[in-house]
Amino acid sequence: MNYISSDLKVVGTRPIRPDGVDKVTGRAVFAADTRASGMLWGKILRSPHAHARIVSIDTSKAEALKGVYAVVTSKDFPEIASEEAFVGEGPMNFRDLSDNIMARGKALYEGHAIAAVAATTAALADEALALIDVTYDVLPHVIDVDEAMQPGAPVLHADMFTAGVNPKPATASNIAKVVTFKKGDIDAGFAEAEVIFEDSYTTKPVHQAYIEPHACLATYAPDGQVTIHASSQGHFMIRAYTAKLLGIDMAQIRVNPAEIGGGFGGKTLIYLEPVAVALSRKSGRSVKMQMTREEVFRGSGPTSGASVTVKLGAKKDGTIVAAQQVLKFQAGAYAGSPVGPGAMCGLAMYDIANVDVVGYDVVSNRPKVAAYRAPGAPISSFAVECAVDDLARKLGMDPLVLREKNAVVNGSKTHYGPTHTNIGFTQVLEATRAHPHWKAPLAEGHGRGLAVGFWFNIGGESSATVHINEDGTVMVATGSPDIGGSRASMGMMAAEVLGIPVSKVKAIVADTASIGFTFLTGGSRVTFATGMAVTQASEKVVDQLKARAAATWDIPVDAVEWKDGKAYPAGTNAGAFEPLDLAAIALKQGRTGGPINAEVSVNAQGAGAGFGAHICDVAVDKETGKVDIVRYTAIQDVGKAIHPSYVEGQIQGGAAQGIGWALSEEYIYNAKGQMDNPGFLDYRCPVASDLPMIEAVLVEVPNPRHPFGARGVGEVPIVPPMAAISNAIKGAIGLRMPDLPMSPPKVRAAIDAG
Amino acid sequence: MPTVVLSSGSASLSLTGGVTEFEVEATTFRRLILELEKRFPGLGTQVEESMAVAIDGEIFQDAYSAELRPGSEIVLIPKIGGG
Repeated sequence: MNYISSDLKVVGTRPIRPDGVDKVTGRAVFAADTRASGMLWGKILRSPHAHARIVSIDTSKAEALKGVYAVVTSKDFPEIASEEAFVGEGPMNFRDLSDNIMARGKALYEGHAIAAVAATTAALADEALALIDVTYDVLPHVIDVDEAMQPGAPVLHADMFTAGVNPKPATASNIAKVVTFKKGDIDAGFAEAEVIFEDSYTTKPVHQAYIEPHACLATYAPDGQVTIHASSQGHFMIRAYTAKLLGIDMAQIRVNPAEIGGGFGGKTLIYLEPVAVALSRKSGRSVKMQMTREEVFRGSGPTSGASVTVKLGAKKDGTIVAAQQVLKFQAGAYAGSPVGPGAMCGLAMYDIANVDVVGYDVVSNRPKVAAYRAPGAPISSFAVECAVDDLARKLGMDPLVLREKNAVVNGSKTHYGPTHTNIGFTQVLEATRAHPHWKAPLAEGHGRGLAVGFWFNIGGESSATVHINEDGTVMVATGSPDIGGSRASMGMMAAEVLGIPVSKVKAIVADTASIGFTFLTGGSRVTFATGMAVTQASEKVVDQLKARAAATWDIPVDAVEWKDGKAYPAGTNAGAFEPLDLAAIALKQGRTGGPINAEVSVNAQGAGAGFGAHICDVAVDKETGKVDIVRYTAIQDVGKAIHPSYVEGQIQGGAAQGIGWALSEEYIYNAKGQMDNPGFLDYRCPVASDLPMIEAVLVEVPNPRHPFGARGVGEVPIVPPMAAISNAIKGAIGLRMPDLPMSPPKVRAAIDAG
Repeated sequence: MPTVVLSSGSASLSLTGGVTEFEVEATTFRRLILELEKRFPGLGTQVEESMAVAIDGEIFQDAYSAELRPGSEIVLIPKIGGG
């Protein structure tokens, strides 16, 4: 059923968040809060070298230490053949994943896991790590993406031959893959152009910087049953990866989802769980593991850094007739950067007849990248949106007018193939033009920037159950970890369908043994896909409630209608019965047929794409180079905001992370390829005092493929900020800052260079 | 018959011998995969394991039963994740 045009009573309101009290009072149970009787502490020894052959590992002294119960190395994990998988958020090779959680043969980055111990205390485990004697043959390393692509660069994988080129290269290199997207005739397009703009841009890898480090508690029982408590964006993902990497049947593994303290894509991979299970198997005790912040930086994946060039050609009237983009993405130590979506997203906002995009997936001696909100799109769009702004200047056009003139609409064919359908980009641009921020006068010395962004959004597999309790309250269980308010939105959609107050509905995240398979929380899919499962399960429950009322009244079920949480006779012919509310039916559910519940699993398709536009005002201190964000407005098509406060929070959070990416966040490596700033003191994320109130403007163009019109909202808001800020800085000081982060030293240097 | 357009770069083009557009007799996505594998060995497997499909503009992932109509435009693209 479709409720888009219905008179909604719950969806669209702002009830108090169901997880709020537990979180502000400290009662919420995160993975680090879990304990087991007699548990051990697991710790990982990490490589100090960016690139080194592991000649030998002597664990005898560590094993002899009193209180140490297990030591594992790669020898304790089965060797896995190369096999591509799509268990997490992007393509992943099982062999690479196994190698990443415990180095086999070579350490490929500083922080790469070499061995692990389990001991009675964390301090003892640290002591044991110091007793492990590793002999390394240190190899030349490479950090930068452009350098990694050069002939003669240190090669990380002797069996890596660039995919996507024909014929297959005869020599190994660090270029894992080349992707290309072409539309029209790029040469003819540039020949037709009257104005051409071209520039190059770089971005740094940035970490998702979730406040909660990775943690888990694992128990391998004597009968082979495995129980894991872990913080992640997908406990089914943890089960699948752990089963594969340790050769255990999935049915033997039960993963309990802990409360999660942020993920943003970074918790769609695993690092600790198979190691903890291996230690537990060897020791016979439960094993708890918990990364330090330093380990999070050195050992888990940021998103890619990149080197990008963009060339745009336009007619004098502003029609962009040609666009060319080259993207070189760092993948980290193993193949699999988000260069594919980057190549698809950067130009997806514009209807351009001739497009040529080439992307390179490049390995180097850094941690394997992980997903980060709208993977690839922010990098690609930073370059495109800076170039579009400079093209507007060259054309003498208003940057919004240029974007309006070339914006995609329903029916526009993208350069990567599909045709845009059911999109709300026009409405986003209209809201941008109408917003007071766009028209407000600028203070002396301030600059204003605009940038737009796109993300596909996805659907996929989700399961949900809805149970009616004996007192008429309702339980909703799903398999989607709640990282963005999904317990609230699931409860609200169920309440809307059932016609009851949301206070009567309790939504939980069920473990892998208690609910059907559910793909992980990511890609902005949960409100869309899991929401679809919850809605359909609730509708099945309504059907049962009507049947129970019909049985009570002894009339045909089609003579019963459900409205506002009550069963009514459908008409005077059905009989003159008093309405039966949900609680009354629930009370007698045993007598009328047994427990009332429904489970629905879906593979949801039709996720509506999202578009956003950000307006940013900055002030630049010309003496220090410091950039202050003085006003920020983020406008986005959200389809239908199920809980508007959460949607606004997603937009504000994405913008804040984009501001950090733009101005201050970067990995700083020394000459040995070691990260010099693995902590929040030196890796500078923006904090509340760095930011103005970010105004989120919700444009609602319903997605007809969702019962309430919802679209994913969590990815788009991190796409425009970097370009919006660079464009604002250019407005303020007249200089283009093409390299991220636009930190005070860089801005000051640019000012000095003029 | 539906028309298949390869838009995923040269990785797939190497399997089709450079052919970028062709017609396939299929009424569902699953049948499409089987036909692709039959005509261009390896392509059906690649589509199934690592690609999504846009049918008349709408992106489908892992959806065997997605319907194809006569004249449908089917574009093969990399599978999409997220963060």
